[in-house]
Amino acid sequence: MTTDMQVYLRRRTTSYLMVGLCGLATLVAVSILLLVVGYTLVKGIAFLNLDFVTQTAQPLGEPGGGIRHEIIGTLVLVALASVLGIPVGLLAGAYLSEFGGGRTGLVVRLVADVLTGVPSVVVGIFVYVLVVQPMGTFSALSGGVALAIIMLPVVARTTEEMMRLVPATYREAALALGIPRWRMIVSVVMPGAMVGIVTGSMLGIARIAGETAPLIFTALGNRFGFAGLGQPIAAMPLQIWRYAVSAYDTWHQQAWAASFLLVMLVLVISITVRWLTSRRYH
Amino acid sequence: MARAPHPQEVHAPVWWWRARFRRPASPGDWVFQTIALLAALSLVGLLVAMTLYLLNAAWPAVTRFGLGFLTSSTWDPVQEVFGALPAVYGTLLTSAIAMLVAIPVSLGVAIFLAELAPPWLRAPASFLVEMLAAIPSVVLGLWGLFVMVPVIRDPVERWLGSSLGFLPLFQGPPFGVGFLAGGLILAIMALPIITAVARDTLAAVPSSQREAMLALGATRWEAISRAVLPYARSGIVAAGILGLGRALGETMAVTMVIGNGYQVTARLFAPGNTMASKIATEFNEASGDLYIGSLVELALVLFAITLMVNVVGRLLVRWTVAKARVGGQ
Repeated sequence: MTTDMQVYLRRRTTSYLMVGLCGLATLVAVSILLLVVGYTLVKGIAFLNLDFVTQTAQPLGEPGGGIRHEIIGTLVLVALASVLGIPVGLLAGAYLSEFGGGRTGLVVRLVADVLTGVPSVVVGIFVYVLVVQPMGTFSALSGGVALAIIMLPVVARTTEEMMRLVPATYREAALALGIPRWRMIVSVVMPGAMVGIVTGSMLGIARIAGETAPLIFTALGNRFGFAGLGQPIAAMPLQIWRYAVSAYDTWHQQAWAASFLLVMLVLVISITVRWLTSRRYH
Repeated sequence: MARAPHPQEVHAPVWWWRARFRRPASPGDWVFQTIALLAALSLVGLLVAMTLYLLNAAWPAVTRFGLGFLTSSTWDPVQEVFGALPAVYGTLLTSAIAMLVAIPVSLGVAIFLAELAPPWLRAPASFLVEMLAAIPSVVLGLWGLFVMVPVIRDPVERWLGSSLGFLPLFQGPPFGVGFLAGGLILAIMALPIITAVARDTLAAVPSSQREAMLALGATRWEAISRAVLPYARSGIVAAGILGLGRALGETMAVTMVIGNGYQVTARLFAPGNTMASKIATEFNEASGDLYIGSLVELALVLFAITLMVNVVGRLLVRWTVAKARVGGQ
């Protein structure tokens, strides 16, 4: 009788303990996020002002200075990557969703998943060998190509998943009207999945906006502003890295402030994506 | 994000169309399908091109050092002698630390999110954990360098050194930056992906499994540990493998906190390098085919390892999901 009670109590205690540990793990994970974001906000806001966004870098020792070149550089790189990566990703996603039932589809799907896992530093080296060496110079173009390669599988897989969610009845209704399949895909399936496709592109952009490693070997950085696609170009993540590992307090402050902007950008994109998808599909 | 429907369910009409319209009804169909196919095949082409181009650029180092590249510890740009062992060791050691820390925590989070959390908490908590993956690597590195490393140096390493200093692992001066810091920052970066995959697998376990266990009088934890977790075992393994894939290839954050040493040592406090951080630190200063070739060969080895890890992980995820669906019906 007592032993039964003891066994029961022990089982119940174990259960509570393990449930509590799982809760604790979640608390730890969420606190790390809040710590990182909170620290970036507090440290970043302290140094952030209008000059920081509109001015160019000052020589070491002079007060002020900003990251205008870096902001412009990141915008150019992201735009370039989007122009190169999104259309191809979109079409690849359309293929997987609409024609991807066979063996080709299986292989491409696996390859896309695997490409998402290729380290960005490897992509950077690949683009160095592919573009930078033949061109003979680091360039904005090569940076854009590297980011596009990283973005491509993300866009393709999200587009596929989103186009698949369009009900088969829509497709059948469109075909029953006698239009060819490609018109059905372009005029019915794609508009139906538009929110999802936009989401996929935004996820891709969020993924590449903060990428640093591939840019080291391609975009390189440039203290003198945008000088055309064939020349090296500055980027915020690159500058954060260089400032962070420098020995100067003012540069560290600028790294925090630039991080603040970058984190804000990524958070805004992610929250928008969340909002868009929850409105449409839940 | 909404779950994708079952492939067969979606593609049943596609198969039907394919049989029905074997000859394209309009030239537009042929054109569109061909363009889409080319776009899809460009992904495959990328993977093949990556392999060939990297192999080609690494060739001077491959022919010069052979397999000795992976077993030698010398890295001497002046004499042009390159061995990758310390970098490979650094990658494996930091990833091992990361997995040791991240897998239990992620599993706890995944169990909490899939099984325990009240419904109102589920979505926001999942979102916050996923957001951790969205923090750029370089920002996490900045935080690691200025916030985490000082904490690791003083209370953590000093305490480990004085209480567990008899183990070779915890000997040597506490630098702060080093393998331990690198491993911990990797744990943070691997946590979201392990959690997401494990959570999805747990959520795919049929509720009959849970209910049967609870009906036998099991406590909540017994139902989870004896019915749900065994059922989701392969998915949890896959989650760990995908997390490992992430940890092996992460670059910037590790580069910033690992301290740029080059040694094979059991001391976790010592500064080191991973394959990725070695490439990031030195590539722009490298000159000569052999030096560049050696760094490219590092990238190639890293590429090969992550490729294998990811293929296994992804196939396991697919197999698990398919199995869970069959079991649920």
